[in-house]
Amino acid sequence: METIKEIQEEIIEDFEMFDDWMQKYEFLIDLGKELTPIEEQYKIEDNLIKGCQSRVWLHAEEKNGSIVYSADSDAIMTKGIIAILLRVLSNQKSEDIINADLSFIDEIGLKEQLSATRANGLVSMIKKIKLFALALGKR
Amino acid sequence: MLDISKIRSQFPILSRKVNGQDLVYFDNGATTQKPQAVIDAESNYYANENSNVHRGVHFLSGLATDKFEETRNTIQKFIGAKHNHEIIFTKGTTDAINLVANGFRALLNKGDEVVISEMEHHSNIVPWQMCCEQSGANLKVIPLLENGELDMLTFENLLSENTKLVSVSHISNALGTINPIEEIIKKTHATGAKILIDGAQAASHITLDMQELDADFYCFSAHKMFGPTGVGVLYGKEEILNELPPYQGGGEMIKEVSFSGTTYAELPHKFEAGTPNIAGVIAFKAAIDFINDLGIDQIAKYEEELLQYATSEILKIKGVKIYGTAEHKSGIISFNIEGIHPYDIGVIVDKLGIAIRTGHHCTQPIMERFNIPGTARISLAVYNTKEEIDICINAIIKAKQMLS
Repeated sequence: METIKEIQEEIIEDFEMFDDWMQKYEFLIDLGKELTPIEEQYKIEDNLIKGCQSRVWLHAEEKNGSIVYSADSDAIMTKGIIAILLRVLSNQKSEDIINADLSFIDEIGLKEQLSATRANGLVSMIKKIKLFALALGKR
Repeated sequence: MLDISKIRSQFPILSRKVNGQDLVYFDNGATTQKPQAVIDAESNYYANENSNVHRGVHFLSGLATDKFEETRNTIQKFIGAKHNHEIIFTKGTTDAINLVANGFRALLNKGDEVVISEMEHHSNIVPWQMCCEQSGANLKVIPLLENGELDMLTFENLLSENTKLVSVSHISNALGTINPIEEIIKKTHATGAKILIDGAQAASHITLDMQELDADFYCFSAHKMFGPTGVGVLYGKEEILNELPPYQGGGEMIKEVSFSGTTYAELPHKFEAGTPNIAGVIAFKAAIDFINDLGIDQIAKYEEELLQYATSEILKIKGVKIYGTAEHKSGIISFNIEGIHPYDIGVIVDKLGIAIRTGHHCTQPIMERFNIPGTARISLAVYNTKEEIDICINAIIKAKQMLS
């Protein structure tokens, strides 16, 4: 299994191929379209992430010692961003998720692509991902 | 005819780049940009005039007070108020509505009714919810019609002898609807109730005459009319402001203070506790002068032309739906494209240098009414051009291509 660090490095390499923001956005849009949708039953208030302009649902469960996430959003760009986060953090051990240093976000320029309010949404997503890992890891 | 390029040259921000592109600023409903004269007035105050108002006997205090009061007189004229002490300076429209709602909390009794509408900005909903909760009054809501106009028949049915106050917007910030406030004011007064008009979106677009309108309260914000942030106006009829209890206690608003009891100052000071935003108030005059120089009728005429053009161009994009198609509309276009979230459109056009607003525009009940998460909103000002509309339309088409 690839580590969080290895996947981050792959994503950084992916983003190095892009010359401008439009290619980055198109990539994010494609990732958003490919994101496996969350099961309808998990689209509940408890799984809704606050602080996003668009609605984001996040669900997590433990499978064979790893935390597996699924997510959805009504906005495609947001879906793309969460798809990247899940590529890094889904299917990992709870303590690895909690301790993950997500330096790739700055390196691929994701934060600077996002305005302050949207960057807040990104922070909320990461927080919720880590909170799920914390809660499920304790069991 | 207005010389738009001359007008644009007065706004330094309009020549800056955003994301490497020329800025196209279409978020005027949120706040307008500021002309050099307003920026200069604000900075000149701090450089040459700074002093507290209505306090000292020294030269600067007198100068600051004169200039501060000059803005009050300018606004009195601008909105056709009978007296200058009917102009209360506030932090903005939100603050003005809260001032009135706070006062009415003491005047309302259980069973009394306050009427607002479904199209109100949250700042004209929440203060009344708080006011009703604390006074035991009931809140009634005028529903919206499909085209974004108020349901005037239901409004008439909502009015009764229990109605004590009606509070509606002059222009909807999310839909652009210009409400028939003359009719609303007349009908409200026929029941003996008072009326507040939220003029935040109207004051720089429509000629106002308080004595002709006969509104009891009318409020607006300087920053939506080329003036500084943090300054607003509550207009109120003298006799009603005299009845209304004070909002905040502090300096300036008192006549005499002792521990056995305090008496309050006369209007307008009764409602202006503490040191106000002096620089902002003084600079607000420069904004009103700017509007007066252009002529508000000329502004309205030009904005109407832009609105017609932008509406017809945007409707050429397949899948576009405009929310708010009232017969009388201001320069606001709220829209969605079928199958696309407004947020995604906003994010992409932003990269092309265009500032539009996306989201619920602080009007969640409207979004609920139309069963949508939000809209993308173009809101126009007098410095905008048809060329900018073309750039924006092309950007929206580009966004649509990327997203579908």
